[in-house]
Amino acid sequence: MENQTTRKNNSSDFSTGKIKHFFSLFKGPGFYRTDNRVYHPFSVIVQKEIADYVRSWRFIILLVIISLTCLGSMYTALANIKDAIKPGDPKGSFVFLKLFTVTDGTLPSFVVFLGFLGPLLGISLGFDAVNSEQNRGTLSRILSQPIHRDYILNAKFFASLTVISVMFFALGFLVMGFGLASIGIPPTPGEFLRIVVFIIISIIYVAFWLNLSILFSVRFRQPATAALSGIAIWLFFAVFYSMIVDLISKGIAPAGLVSENQIINFENLRLNLLRFSPSQLFSDATTTLLMPNVRSLGPLSMAQVYGTIPGPLSLGQSLMLIWPQLTGLIAGTIICFVISYVSFMRKEIRSR
Amino acid sequence: MDGNVIELVNLTKKYGSFTAVDQLNLEIRKGEIFGLLGPNGAGKSTTILMLLGLTEPTSGSVTVCDLDPVTNPIEVKKKVGYLPEDVGFYYYLTGWENLMFTARLNSLSGKEAAEKIDFLLERVGLTDAAGKKTGQYSRGMLQRLGLAEVLIKNPEVIILDEPTLGIDPTGVAEFLQLIVRLSREDGLTVLFSSHDLHQVQKVCDRVGIFVAGRLLAEGNLQTLSRKLFTGSAYIIEAGVNSFSSKTTEGMEPAEWLAGILRKINGVESVKKNKNIFQIECSRDVTSEIARTIVESGAGLYYLNRKEFGLDEIYYRYFEGGTENGKSDHTEK
Repeated sequence: MENQTTRKNNSSDFSTGKIKHFFSLFKGPGFYRTDNRVYHPFSVIVQKEIADYVRSWRFIILLVIISLTCLGSMYTALANIKDAIKPGDPKGSFVFLKLFTVTDGTLPSFVVFLGFLGPLLGISLGFDAVNSEQNRGTLSRILSQPIHRDYILNAKFFASLTVISVMFFALGFLVMGFGLASIGIPPTPGEFLRIVVFIIISIIYVAFWLNLSILFSVRFRQPATAALSGIAIWLFFAVFYSMIVDLISKGIAPAGLVSENQIINFENLRLNLLRFSPSQLFSDATTTLLMPNVRSLGPLSMAQVYGTIPGPLSLGQSLMLIWPQLTGLIAGTIICFVISYVSFMRKEIRSR
Repeated sequence: MDGNVIELVNLTKKYGSFTAVDQLNLEIRKGEIFGLLGPNGAGKSTTILMLLGLTEPTSGSVTVCDLDPVTNPIEVKKKVGYLPEDVGFYYYLTGWENLMFTARLNSLSGKEAAEKIDFLLERVGLTDAAGKKTGQYSRGMLQRLGLAEVLIKNPEVIILDEPTLGIDPTGVAEFLQLIVRLSREDGLTVLFSSHDLHQVQKVCDRVGIFVAGRLLAEGNLQTLSRKLFTGSAYIIEAGVNSFSSKTTEGMEPAEWLAGILRKINGVESVKKNKNIFQIECSRDVTSEIARTIVESGAGLYYLNRKEFGLDEIYYRYFEGGTENGKSDHTEK
């Protein structure tokens, strides 16, 4: 009752507008305001979903974990950055990017952490997207309102993507800000752009896992099953997949003296096998972006290396290099989304 | 078409080889309260889902407010309010917030929505609980909140799926009165499903009895009982022993007695099962039957009048199997 009356006051009195409006943000999404505005139903669902995420314990816990790892890795990076800069380095040695990649071995770098925790974030934001609505009995109620059925799925995806994007950009910029304050070297525009692209790639990476877990949430009735399936796949790729690829490559490794071509072919095959794992794609992409000196993601023959002048790639060239990785990640995301979309549209919505 | 808000023609829904709804034909007129009565698993909910376009019929056609929910679900959902069975709300939001969410999904402005919500909450008697989280609501309160939610969009038709499930008897009575009042005041067409006969009896203008995917009978309660029992509202059982040996007109005594009984005005059929005569009558002729038997010289040792109330209808159809319905009554 109290809430309700304050809300009413908010709407009727426009003169004290701005400040009250700011505080009303804490009371819930904008569609609770009793003014004359009409929201599109899609935006209403997105608003509600974002509010739900931001207020949920789950999200707060994840935010704390990720902020802590972020702080930890930044601390090690700052402690070791002076060793990473060699005295004779040229001007464009991308000191700032080292904030994200440098480590002394005790704590993984920010990039590695993100590659590890990103899936967890994605899975935990999506695993109960649809099935919990159904178990609560709210899904059939919402679907009997005059909205398209896909609004629900799209809005949930869009809302979690928004939450993740805001969080990653905030974290990324915070790291930049702290770094700037402590090392005193401002990032060059190139470095800044690389970091922005890195953040976007991280968002795409998390979006892949998010869609995978939304798919499970459409498919499995129990949120626990959906969460476990997501985590199982994540663990498989994070831990076991590289072992399996190792086993396979040991079996087919060329024995004895073979030509350079054969070795290169074998090495490429091994790498391509590894690239079925989304985390490999992510680490390929981010390494290339944050270490501009990386010129190739595969083996190079002597003939290719001979006569090259070591030097950083431009952002465009780095992007060219990781374009397959990027499209692979985006394709995976879209495939998961399409499967969950189709199965959700065909699902019969019973109450509970 | 005129006056019919809902029209179902040969509606069929199959899940694999299982037929949930079988060749259903039904018309619901504007402003009436129609009760869909049937045991669990009879296909009531499936029918309702098809009305809303939440699942597609295998064959046949559905028309709601002159619209086809298969091709035009959004327009149908604008006009039809649906209260699902065992309705759920976001437990971490207050009742007011839950309703606001729904109102906004119906593209109401905040101001309109707030007025409407206050009005409806008062109407369903939840004004005091508006600011409480719905997680703390009782079952009956949730149902009433559900009813308020259904009314937010100013529907022409409201469909309630087992709305009284899990509410205590006084709550049920209140809830049903609320539905009737709303229907009468706003001229709403109400379709509600239930497996509880007494509730249906209390509020519905017409009832459809729905068993194993088929509509066995429809009509108001009087016509219904007439239809279901081939015009006989009573069954009288008379136990007779020691038939008299006098005038049997050359027939076997039992046959002869049955013949006499059939002549009584109001008796529709007489069946004999061992020593018990089962006499179906359209009115209460117990005393005449007793007199006839006694006057015939036979010994009457047992007389029982079975009256067909709704309970009988219920048991005969839902518990005793459906053979009656299938053989005699479906086509009527």
